Parts: sequence; structure tokens; C-alpha cells
Amino acid sequence: MNQDPRFQGKHYPVNKIIPFSSVDGPGNRTAVFVQGCNFNCRYCHNPETRELCINCGECVKSCPAGALGMQDGLVSFDPAKCVSCDTCIHICKHNASPRIRWMTAEDVHREILKNVPFIRGVSVSGGECTFYPELLHDLAVLCKRDGLGFLLDSNGMYDFSEDPAGLLPVIDGVMLDVKAWSAEDHQRVTGCDNALVRKNIRTLGERGKLFEVRTVVVPELFHVEETIVETARAIRPYLAIARAQKHSEVQDIRYKIIKYRPMGVRKEYQEMCPPEDAYLKQLAELARKEGIRDTIII
Amino acid sequence: MRNISMERVEKTRETMLETVKSPTLTHEQKVATMANLADSLLEVMDLPDGLDELLNQPIDKQCICDLSEGHAPLRPRYIIPDYAKFMKEGSGFLNLEAPKDLFEAINDLLIFYRHVPSVTNFPVYVGALDKLLDPFVQDMDEELAYKLIRLFFINMDRTILDSFSHGNIGPEDTKAGRIILKVIADTKDAVPNMTMKYDEDITPDAFAIECVRAALASAKPSFGNHRMFKSELGEDYVIASCYNGLKYGGGSYTLVRLILGNIAKRAKDTEDFLKNQLPYVMDIQARYMDERIRFIVEESGFFENNFLAKEGFIHRDKFTAMYGLVGLAEAVDILLAKEGHPEWRFGHSDEATRLGIRIMDAIEDFNNHHYNKYCEATGGHFLLHAQVGIASDIGVTPGTRIPIGEEPENLVDQLNILSHFHHYFPSGTGDIFPIDMTVHRNPEYVLDIVKGSFRKNLRYLSFYAADSDVIRITGYLVKKSEIEKLEHGQNVKHDTTALGMGAKHNGHILERKVR
Repeated sequence: MNQDPRFQGKHYPVNKIIPFSSVDGPGNRTAVFVQGCNFNCRYCHNPETRELCINCGECVKSCPAGALGMQDGLVSFDPAKCVSCDTCIHICKHNASPRIRWMTAEDVHREILKNVPFIRGVSVSGGECTFYPELLHDLAVLCKRDGLGFLLDSNGMYDFSEDPAGLLPVIDGVMLDVKAWSAEDHQRVTGCDNALVRKNIRTLGERGKLFEVRTVVVPELFHVEETIVETARAIRPYLAIARAQKHSEVQDIRYKIIKYRPMGVRKEYQEMCPPEDAYLKQLAELARKEGIRDTIII
Repeated sequence: MRNISMERVEKTRETMLETVKSPTLTHEQKVATMANLADSLLEVMDLPDGLDELLNQPIDKQCICDLSEGHAPLRPRYIIPDYAKFMKEGSGFLNLEAPKDLFEAINDLLIFYRHVPSVTNFPVYVGALDKLLDPFVQDMDEELAYKLIRLFFINMDRTILDSFSHGNIGPEDTKAGRIILKVIADTKDAVPNMTMKYDEDITPDAFAIECVRAALASAKPSFGNHRMFKSELGEDYVIASCYNGLKYGGGSYTLVRLILGNIAKRAKDTEDFLKNQLPYVMDIQARYMDERIRFIVEESGFFENNFLAKEGFIHRDKFTAMYGLVGLAEAVDILLAKEGHPEWRFGHSDEATRLGIRIMDAIEDFNNHHYNKYCEATGGHFLLHAQVGIASDIGVTPGTRIPIGEEPENLVDQLNILSHFHHYFPSGTGDIFPIDMTVHRNPEYVLDIVKGSFRKNLRYLSFYAADSDVIRITGYLVKKSEIEKLEHGQNVKHDTTALGMGAKHNGHILERKVR
């Protein structure tokens, strides 16, 4: 994918920057969403962030605001005209969005600075943010210089033990998705294996960089209770490391238990049922029994 | 005293009889209304020429509004008694000794509140409640302390029948402060309004987070920028009524407001507004306030005869007056339209922000050059006040706020615009944000916004949960369920519920952008 001409000069596809977010990590943070993901989760609630635009031009015709155009075979986007009706992403057959901006780490950093001093940090999500480790590295360095916290929201498919981009020294931590515990279940949910996800729990835990693990609860799709218990057991050895840290955003390891909701999910996968609130409470209790103090249900 | 026409007397008598027979007013509300009607027949002040044409107009033309203060003020509008002195010495007039424990302290305060007058006839300031009570809870069983303080707050809500009544806590973390936060989060009542005096260098984060949690449960406390108020008014400032910064042991004689949008309607263009129309109205308002103050100080006899002054709970020389204004947003939009730029709207363009600043600079400059000898507490000048509006306001945005429905998409843009305007108002301004439910799990989100805002010189911020029953109307709290009762013609205990109902229909306060 990095053969795309638009990657020239370290420009990366950014789907959205939310100036103030209350749901992407501790406190008030700017959340940066990059475009592109290597998982194919059935319950993905923003499937339009999964792929890059192939410039087929289908969406250009249907934009009611005239915010989209074709220039030199590429789809162009004018944010000033956009009315955020989402027609383009509903039309797109490729799980992409024409509204992405190609930005350097410096560009993104400049946008983040507009939100200082109201924010305590930045979270990068997606898509899958570790698709672009160089962007993360450069952005983290810039943000740390300003005293901002820096967290990643990742599906765990970047090998943090090898860490080719040198992320661990420059980020505060990772909010790691554990989509399912058994390899079989994980394959069913995401279409990918999870040996690396499990390895990353260990690597990040040992280094005090595991901020949170999170599981989206869809009982009919995978063994939820097994996932919660096994994940809790896997992070338990690293709780002490997290809690002993002084100058990091990671002060504990939180287990975030997320209720599946059909909003935004692709039609073909929308038949799955949201779990009952009482069940989510039971799951949190399971995690607590395994020694996880900080559980949260959303 | 000047004569008035029999026609006016007859009209007033009719209104009085309607008041007596009103099915929705409670007894207390009837008595207060009758007193105001009686007062409206008096003509004792020497009013400046030109006032009548600016004051006695419908809301789309009125340029000066005196907020129902009456024709012969018999007390200052806002009174801030020195409750700490009362706790230390008791009161001869009330025949009360200094309290020795929490039972006595609460009982004494509740008695004292009955004797603090104001424009609403209820105390607009009920004290720095954490500091007043903290000495008494130190060696006490916490459960008992909680129970007593809970009863204290329930008593205030059920007997102070107006939510322009304000208690303060902070900036320090105290045992009493924590109990109070728990009580207000549990009781979820409208009275009293509360402010947390917040200073990130003094207030521990853990205590500030408890304040956020309480605010998300009960729409209070609001956060006041302690460092800012202290630098302007001194350590002995308080927050009273809506969000009014005033001197402890003093208060405000009066509050009159400019309706800037209507003044802009009289102007040919921006230059005419700034050179002619605004200065003309500002001068008349200031002289009207001078005359009101003169009457209170020199003729009403309040400071000579009321026990609060005689026993030293208040001091005449700690009083000032509040020079109010509303509708900066309308003024800016009207003037820009007259200049041929209707597309530049307040809250959405740098040009609009710059014009807003020019207008505020002009008002501040005027106030700095107007002298009143009875405002020595604040250098002989009034204090500017961004008034929150009244129930009957239509098309009038409070103070310097961005109109509801026109808030910028991103909160950061709204805060950056507000940061240009809060500093003008030592006697109060503030903005209000309904907060999405998800923040219950991340109260640090709100605290980060408060910290950043105060670093950027914002003065006063209020938050409430979007789904809360008790909400902040403009500067005071009302329960949505109480508004509904009133809409169905039932009696409600707080007179401010009627104001909230007006603001709901005329000011669209339920439609604020959720953050």
C-alpha cells in the first residue's frame, strides 16, 4: 500500500481529527483517526476507515454538496463545502472514504496544538494506527516535546517486541484490542491470527506501556467469558509494573468492556444482538475476580 | 414625592387583585409581588433626562433595563454578610451566641438567612459553607455530619425559595467540602447554587474531580477562576447570586443592564454606535445607577438601621454596583450587517470577535472613567457584569455568550472566543455546557477543560449532564420536572422556576449544544 504516490514526502491518510474527545483515553484528548486497517472485524462500527480510496469516482457523482471532485484521476475533497451527510461513505463499495486528508506528522501536530492548553494528551486511532509507525514515531516526538501524553489505540498487529519504528521509547502507552482469546475465535471475528496480539500483551506489560485492554462483547460471535478471564490473567502479572510508574499516563491497566452496538456496522453483519447490561456487569466482575481493579463498561 | 396619574393607580390595583387571586403563585410569591407593585407607585428618585425613552420600552427596543429593582429601593440589591464573624461572635439582634458544634452552627445559619434581605427577599449568598462548617466536623462521626449537612441543604432548598442563592467552597480540599459535595450530588436540588473557587496550584486534582462528579449529578458546583477573582477583588471575594464576584461583608447596591443589540439598532453604522449611540446610553445608565445608589445610601436608612450594618456583618464601604450588559452577540451581528457583512456572525468569524472586543473596550473605558463616591471598595468605579438575561428576554443573548443554536461545532473554538471576553467582568460572567453522559466515566475530561480555560483567562464555567433533571438555566438552577409542573398550572415552591420556564420558551435553554 505504501507504493501509493500520495505517501510521498511522509504524507499519511488521516480520516478525522476530533479536537476534544472524552472517550479515547484519560482526560480530554485530541483523537487522530488514520485511514486503513489490516483486520476485518465483523462488528467494525466505522468500516469506512478500513481501506484507501481507489479513485473510482462513484462518490463524486452523489455528493449533494459538491464537496467532491476528480482531479488528474484522483478524488479531491473540499472540507469547506462538506455538510457531513455521509452519503459518500454509504455509497462507497470499498470500505473507504474520500474525505481523508494526506498529512505529515508536522501537519497533524499543528492541528493538535490548536487544542492546547485544554487537552492533556493525544490518542491515535483508526483504522489501525500502527499501519503507519513512522507517522506515530514522529508525531509522538513532537507531542512529547510539548508535554502532551501520547497513547495508541491498536489492534496489536504491530510487533512491539521488535519495534522497528522505535515507538516504545516515545509513546506513553497502548490501548490494546483483545478481540477474542482463542486463535479460532479471533480468526472468526477479525479474519486474522492473534499470536502477535498475545505477545504484545506481554511486551507492553513488561515495559509498563499497556494502558488498557478492551473487548467488544458479542456473545454469539466468540467465547466472551473465556476471553475476559484469559485476558485478565494475561495482564495480571504486569499490574504492579503499571501501578509503580510515576511519570506516565499508564498508572494501572484498565479493562474496558464495550457493549456491541449495531450503529455503523455493515448491513451483512448487523444481525448480531447487543448484550444485556447485566451481562456486561457480570463480565466486569469476572475481570475483577482476576485482580483487575480498574474495569469500565461502555 | 412626585404625583402619579389615577389611571396608573387603577392599573396597578387591577394587577394587585389579579395577584391575590392567582392560582399558580404560592403565598410567598404573592406577598413579594404585592410589595413590588406597591413600590412601583412611588416616585422618589431624580431620574436622568432621556431615561424614560430608553427604559420603558418593549423588549425589542429597550436599551436600559433595571431588572425589577423597584422605584424606591429599601435595601441594596445583593448583600454579602460576614458569616465568619457571626460564627465567631453570634448576634445581639438575633439573640444568638457563637455556635459550639455542628448542630448549633447549622441552626444559627438557618436563622440568619431569614434576616438577609435582597432584591428577591432571599439571601443571595449563604457563605463559604466548607470553611464555616469545617471546624465543627473535624472530630465528628462522619455519618452524623453527613446527615446533619444533608438536612441543612434540604432545609435551604425548601425555605430559600429562589435559586439566586449561592454558597461557595474551595479552593482548598476540606472534610466539610467533601461532605457537602456528597450531599449536593445525592440531593440533586436547585438551591443553593454553588461555586467551587478553583486554583490548580491550590486545589488537589482528587478534590476537583469530586466537584466534577457532583456537577454531573446535580449541575453544581460551577468552577470560578480563583486566581483571577483574587487578583481583581482581593482574597475576600465571594461568588453570589448567579455568578457575581463581590466583596465579603459588602455587596452590590444595584444592577442595571445595557441591551446592546437594541442600542445597535439605533446606530447608522459601527462608528455611529461607538461614537454616539453607545456613549449616550452608557452615560444615562451610569447616572441612573448613581441616583439609585444615592437613594439607598442617603435616604433609605438601610445602613443606619439594619442590624447587619449595626453589628458589623456588612460595611457600607465594601459595597459596589454592577454595570450590566446583555446582547453583545446581537450588537455585533446587527452592526456587521449594517456594514454589509451579514455573513460575519458572532462566534464564527474573527471580524466579529474583533468588533466584540472593540465594543467591550469602549464599555470598559467608559466605566473606568465614571466615578461614584460610594463605590470606594472598587476604586470608585462600578464593576462590569455580563448579565444572564431574564425570562421575558426574546432575541437577547446573555452577556457576551454565543447564542444557543449558534455555538461553534467544536468546543475548543467556542472557548477560544470566550477567552477574549471573560476578563472584562470582575462582577461576573460565565458559560454553560451540557455534557454527554459518557463523561461520567471520565470526569478528568471536564477538569482538563477547566484547567486549560483558566490558563487562558476564562473566568467561570458551569457543566451539567445532558440528561440531568436539575439544570442551569442561565445562571441559576431549576428542575426540568418543576418547570413541567408549572406548565401544567401547578404551584411550585421556587420563584425561579417561572423564570426557567420563560427562558425555556424564549431563550431555548434546553437546546444548548451538548459537549
